[in-house]
Amino acid sequence: MRFGAQEFFRGPGQPFTITFGHRVLLPRENHVTLEPNEWSVGKLVSMATTHSAEAPDRDGLQEHFDATIARDQRIEPRDWMPDGYRKTLIRQIAQHAHSEIIGMQPEGEWITKAPSLRRKAILFAKVQDEAGHGLYLYSAAETLGADRADLTTRLIEGRQKYSSIFNYPTLSFADVGVIGWFVDGAAICNQVPLCRSSYGPYARAMVRICKEESFHQRQGYELLLTMMRGTDAQRAMVQDAVDRWWWPSLMMFGPPDDASPNSAQSMAWKIKRHSNDELRQRFVDMTVPQADKLGVRLPDPELRWNEARGRHDFGTPDWDELKRVITGNGPCNDRRMERRRTAHEEGAWVREAATAHAAKQAARAKDGAAA
Amino acid sequence: MSDTIKGDWPLYEVFVRGKRGLNHVHVGSLHAADDQMALTHARDLYTRRNEGVSIWVVRSEHIAASTRDEKDPFFEPSADKVYRHPTFYDIPDDVPHI
Repeated sequence: MRFGAQEFFRGPGQPFTITFGHRVLLPRENHVTLEPNEWSVGKLVSMATTHSAEAPDRDGLQEHFDATIARDQRIEPRDWMPDGYRKTLIRQIAQHAHSEIIGMQPEGEWITKAPSLRRKAILFAKVQDEAGHGLYLYSAAETLGADRADLTTRLIEGRQKYSSIFNYPTLSFADVGVIGWFVDGAAICNQVPLCRSSYGPYARAMVRICKEESFHQRQGYELLLTMMRGTDAQRAMVQDAVDRWWWPSLMMFGPPDDASPNSAQSMAWKIKRHSNDELRQRFVDMTVPQADKLGVRLPDPELRWNEARGRHDFGTPDWDELKRVITGNGPCNDRRMERRRTAHEEGAWVREAATAHAAKQAARAKDGAAA
Repeated sequence: MSDTIKGDWPLYEVFVRGKRGLNHVHVGSLHAADDQMALTHARDLYTRRNEGVSIWVVRSEHIAASTRDEKDPFFEPSADKVYRHPTFYDIPDDVPHI
């Protein structure tokens, strides 16, 4: 495995300085011996196994890993981890990164068509954020030994997936607002718990992303509020966009729990913190009052408040549609992939030119030093 | 085609000083053709919302790192020196300013 991206200055899930602070500020009564605390338990495990320079046996490593997860501490890049954990993370983080990158397209199409300079600037910033989120996530995947260029190839060759939601078209400017409200709202539901994911670099990338998603959701909702204050035609556009995006947004949380066989393992590893159905329910509960305030109708006849549960009941998404879209037969799958492939290929000369320039500069610097 | 993809830009680690008075902190990594591009990309990627007043970038391969794992005996020497901590010393409560 190549030398992956690093993570420095860290304690378990914390910047190193904070860890050090905890070490120093031991309770007074512990002053005679350094009693193990939550920051030093790793050492205890190591004493229980071996002090020698040789690597402890495989079982010791597994135990150490399990204990770290059980204590709700973070796994960091250079720790030993089971192959399955590494592979699951690479797959999930890559899929997440690809979603951010492909997710630039549906809204990107509206940058030139947005109705004012203000809306253009906002949309530009949002799409740029999506690119940034993709790069934070590729960076996290690289700490696991994955290679960004390889992940890009896998996406372009259709060997890795991205979120089903980006295979739907953006037919009107109201779609830009609804994507911010629903799609970024759903992403927030999904991602806030991931800030406590067991893999440190992934969790830290999610913290950064969640901070920025909030702008995405709010700009979308504000856009819709503005349109709802406009003409009947504008209000109709908003309702139409809501009707088209509601069910695909619910599908973003993935198949129902009983059809999601990998979820249990991911939850045991604390990569995932909540089940698909739980997150979907949270999204519905969060969105219903927002729809009321906005004055739109969510297109689900079964949607109603359930007093006994203290949550909303709602209808079942069309899981066959989700299956179709995931397997490549959604309305825009081909277009999205084609666009990504073209952008990558047409950008090749830029990458090559930059490499050539860097090589030339390096050679000149070397000659200059020799002369 | 995968050859051109593999004509890869090297990996850089990025460190950002959030504001004056703070250390540079590692924030992530990125690929760039050279140092100058790494700085520009780091600015665009990690400081879009005034998160930094100064950026360091360094090629990942130039970093030497300590341990493979936190339970490595590398840090053992500091474990048994409790007298390095102020709480090791008993001072009567009525002694001021200490």
